[in-house]
Amino acid sequence: MSDPIVLLKNVEKWYGKNHVVKNMNLEIKHGEFLTLLGPSGCGKTTTLRMIAGFEDANEGIIEVQGERVEEKEPYQRDVNTVFQNYSLFPHMTVYDNVAYGLTIKKVPKDEIKERVTEMLALVQMTGYERRKPDALSGGQKQRIAIARALINNPRVLLLDEPLGALDLKLRKQMQIELKRLQKKLGITFVYVTHDQEEAMTMSDRIAVMKDGVILQLDSPMEIYNRPNCRFVADFIGESNILDGVAESVEGTKIRVKTDNGYFTTYGEGFAPGERMHVSVRPEFMSVMKEKTEDFSIKCVIKDFIYMGTVIKTLLGLPDGREIKYTRFDLDPNVKEGDTVYLYCEKGRSVAIHADSTAESEADDEK
Amino acid sequence: MKSKKKKSRLPFLAQAGPVSAWMILFVTIPMLFIIFISFMSRGTFGGIIYEPSIKPYETLMDPVYFKVILKSFEVAIITTVSCLILGYPFAYYIAKKPPETASRLIMLLMIPFWTNSLMRLNAWMLLFQTNGPVNNLLISLNLISEPVTFIYTDGLVLLGLITNFLPFAVLPMYASIEKLQKSLLEASADLGAKPSVTFRKVTLPLTFPGIFSAVILTFIPALGTYTITDMLGGGKVLYIGNIIKNQFGATRNWPLGAALAVLLLLITALLIFIYTRFSKLDDMEVL
Repeated sequence: MSDPIVLLKNVEKWYGKNHVVKNMNLEIKHGEFLTLLGPSGCGKTTTLRMIAGFEDANEGIIEVQGERVEEKEPYQRDVNTVFQNYSLFPHMTVYDNVAYGLTIKKVPKDEIKERVTEMLALVQMTGYERRKPDALSGGQKQRIAIARALINNPRVLLLDEPLGALDLKLRKQMQIELKRLQKKLGITFVYVTHDQEEAMTMSDRIAVMKDGVILQLDSPMEIYNRPNCRFVADFIGESNILDGVAESVEGTKIRVKTDNGYFTTYGEGFAPGERMHVSVRPEFMSVMKEKTEDFSIKCVIKDFIYMGTVIKTLLGLPDGREIKYTRFDLDPNVKEGDTVYLYCEKGRSVAIHADSTAESEADDEK
Repeated sequence: MKSKKKKSRLPFLAQAGPVSAWMILFVTIPMLFIIFISFMSRGTFGGIIYEPSIKPYETLMDPVYFKVILKSFEVAIITTVSCLILGYPFAYYIAKKPPETASRLIMLLMIPFWTNSLMRLNAWMLLFQTNGPVNNLLISLNLISEPVTFIYTDGLVLLGLITNFLPFAVLPMYASIEKLQKSLLEASADLGAKPSVTFRKVTLPLTFPGIFSAVILTFIPALGTYTITDMLGGGKVLYIGNIIKNQFGATRNWPLGAALAVLLLLITALLIFIYTRFSKLDDMEVL
């Protein structure tokens, strides 16, 4: 059981001159819910399609249950896919759609009937057998698509942004249902999404991808609390990112010089003079009336935004950039137009090494 | 649902007004006139005498006509089936190409279709003449020792018909295959279906509207054609189209010609009726 159920080793994928997946190494564990998360064009869907067999990897090894599958056609692979646009067969009833995989394997009719009934009950769609896909809502189609994939007892279920077309409320409900289904069945789910909140809600582990590379592979909590690069800090949740240079390092304490003043953070492995970033979640950012030697970034309170559970305060830095911090109550010590200095407690900010490649690519985009 | 239907009723009629007028003027009236003529008598020197008669239809019962109709059906069916067999793989091939290549390939298909049909037919005649390029080629390849007679044979008629109607078969099938979502084929493969099974269970049923349109667009004109059969067949074998043409031309028996036309119309109507019975009307959009 300790062997990975899906293994990608040095996988490369090119579309013409486009290098969409770069030297990908990924081990997916038995029974885990793993999410490939990233902006569009990061190679997450391509990775999933290579596991399913719809795309051939140009180089590298793909294993499912310890068996090499690169040469196998999709119909020979023991994985099933839930497609982004559901892809239900429009000319078949719900029953025939769900039964499709078993019909092809020539399973006896009685057994098919039993299994379809069971599957429809599992996705709470009992009674819809005779309907055509056209007569179903988006959420219902998605349930049928899931039932159609699960009836084959796949060891791995691949889900390609399955909730993308649903409205927010339904999406939240389906997220919880999918997670429950996955726990109940003990099947490995490989889930692709660009929605970081969705990834956080459901996943055991998240692989954050950008430009064909996995930047960080960790539990949602680790990724949120300890992003390993500027992109991950920025992409997952809200974050205030300060760019600067480590001016002095004493033990784990790092005094960072930014264009707007000093900010102090804690971390290991930083050297004086090194370019770096500090990431502070809005809920951990705070302000002081007076500057200190360690914290001297001056800003002006621009606005208070009431968000329901929290109040978000917008601060303006001298260079025009915005800093956000959130509180449950209105801070009685500050008001709009006040000049304050940014502050963050020890252990609440994350020190991040400047990533040379990420930086240069960001420059390319400009 | 009900109130929704009621609401859209009036505007629909208003929208359909101009179209209806156009249809009545250019389709319904001429058609009714043909039906009307088919129930009239023939003048001694041609033309129509406006006296009701069912003589044209009695004439149709003559076994001679039955044989002609049978022969026409045979040729039309062979043409249609050949067009489907040749056209489907081609349509499939085009549909899988990127749009730019696809439109170029369709262009290639359409160029002969845009050429004047008499020129095209004469070209076939020239190619297959006794001392034409085809015979010369076959002789130089030592496949035959002396020229084969191609012209005025059923084979050449079929060749002419198939090449003529192939675009009509390919286009609707292409439209239908092109609309087919790639992800449905992927889903089928993902669920364990081999390509041949996917083709039978997904591709074929979902492209059936295109296939049926292709059948209608090739079978019906092939049944009624007369230029191709006349020129390439040399008028040796009679087809319905030739007889209708003769009735309105040389023989000047308009009522009989009209009756034959009505017969063709009924066959067409029957085919479309069968189709709409067995499939939903909104699948007909490619027709």
